[in-house]
Amino acid sequence: MRFDLRIIASWIEPGSRVLDLGCGEGELLQYLKEQKGVKATGIEKHEAEVAICIAKGLSVLQGDFNLEVADYSPDSFDYIIISQTMQQVYEPVALINTLLTVGKKVIVSFPNFSYWRIRLQLLFAGYAPRSTELPYEWYDTPNIRVITLRDFRNFARDKDIAILKEVAINTHRQQQTGNIVRLLPNLRATYGIFLIGRAE
Amino acid sequence: MNGACSGLVQKQFFTFAEPPHELVLESGERLGPVTIAYETLGNLTPDKDNAILVVHALTGDSHVAGCYTTEDARPGWWEIMVGPGKAIDTERYFVICANVLGGCMGSTGPSSINQATGRPYGVSFPLVTIGDMVTVQKALVDHLGIARLLAVLGGSVGGMQVLAWCARYPEMVRAAIPLATTPRHSAQAIAFNEVARQAIMADPHWRGGDYYDGAKPDLGLAVARMIGHITYLSNESMRQKFGRQLRSRDALSFHFDAGFEVESYLRYQGNKFVERFDANSFLYLTKAADYFDLDDYAVGGLNGAFKGSSTSFLVVAFTSDWLYPTEQSRALVKVLKRNGLDVSFCEIQSDWGHDAFLLPNERLHTLVAAFLSRI
Repeated sequence: MRFDLRIIASWIEPGSRVLDLGCGEGELLQYLKEQKGVKATGIEKHEAEVAICIAKGLSVLQGDFNLEVADYSPDSFDYIIISQTMQQVYEPVALINTLLTVGKKVIVSFPNFSYWRIRLQLLFAGYAPRSTELPYEWYDTPNIRVITLRDFRNFARDKDIAILKEVAINTHRQQQTGNIVRLLPNLRATYGIFLIGRAE
Repeated sequence: MNGACSGLVQKQFFTFAEPPHELVLESGERLGPVTIAYETLGNLTPDKDNAILVVHALTGDSHVAGCYTTEDARPGWWEIMVGPGKAIDTERYFVICANVLGGCMGSTGPSSINQATGRPYGVSFPLVTIGDMVTVQKALVDHLGIARLLAVLGGSVGGMQVLAWCARYPEMVRAAIPLATTPRHSAQAIAFNEVARQAIMADPHWRGGDYYDGAKPDLGLAVARMIGHITYLSNESMRQKFGRQLRSRDALSFHFDAGFEVESYLRYQGNKFVERFDANSFLYLTKAADYFDLDDYAVGGLNGAFKGSSTSFLVVAFTSDWLYPTEQSRALVKVLKRNGLDVSFCEIQSDWGHDAFLLPNERLHTLVAAFLSRI
């Protein structure tokens, strides 16, 4: 399983209700269901991946999670996970507000745009950064939001969102392995993972 | 045995609601006795916990799979889905399929003899609803001694019955698979049904529904079937199947005969249908479908439907189904989500329109098999 997903999984309480937005083939959900006995639900837009999830015995809905998630009653989930997708969301404020209504806690992970290699690419090569984490050209990238760890912290402060936990990571080998970055994370980490909740 | 069939089946009958204990219908009218024709495949476990009820669509019947005799070359209507080793595996599950109330394939309907008069009911048969069909199916399931069904599944009007089952008897349904269905007909769907009904009633042989001793309203029923068939296909599937192809290789005939392939196909479907179906049943069943509104089965309004239910749902829609478009399945999924129910939803890419659920479809078969095996 991807390194960031392993960290996310370690934050989930056993037996909780979990919704994974953009769950792909359901790798994380299946792990959480088998290892932590969670009640697992996913939303995924691609038919083939939805079919794979259902074949694994997961409860998954095909659709656009920006729309689908609003249908749930408040507090339907203990955790909502949005991993490596926030940078593709058109209306992140509205989405996060909905998520913090439908779910008690939300786990957000995203590629850190202020990673030093990205900074250097822009500074010296002079083109929009491309990396293993962000492999697209400017004209075909789904990543319409440029986020850094610092940006997300500022965002949470401005919008009155409580950051309950955060970790910065570096990943290697198709993101299967990695390490936690404690020193200068905004410069040295490729990904940020945040556990957020409603402000008290 | 010929190779077309997965096994031999037998049509069976269960009769109940003998007067004075008639069945009280949703309309308030009483009906009895009621006979229900049904078939079963596979074996019921001693614990009776492997029963799956398959509910047929508008003009289907109890003959879901298998053949009646070893010479019978025509297996049931869902042979591709139901049988040993198939998605609904009859080596694991005990499959029940019953002809709906109001139908004409062995269950009580307008063509049945009214014991009070000794003549067919005709339009004196009371209007039945999707809920009434489910009431009768429940009586059959009770009769078979099954306290809880492993699953109820069906497509189209069958899917409506699946939903009514889940709303009415949630404790009896562990899992439900409504396919290509809707929580309620759109005005457009009602409109097509009304045109179909008018075609039957405009046939001079219909005679106010009292035609059983003479010529039948075959022309009207054939036209009704043609209208239905158009709604089951899609623009794309008709383009692929027929396009503007002519039956003869020559140019246009300048006659009103069936020059285009599509005309010939519809006429063939219409004519084939009248051999097996009763025009009055068509009127009753389309009306029941039009009347269906899941909200009516919801205790406490839309969000109260399925309250206290622990049924797991697999909802499936097909991209090119314009009779019950995906949005209608999504509306259903929304209600299920609001009620905190376990629901999976998949919209299968298909060019074949509403009929897609009856056609070979690897994705559908995989989904159904996987969903059933996890229950």
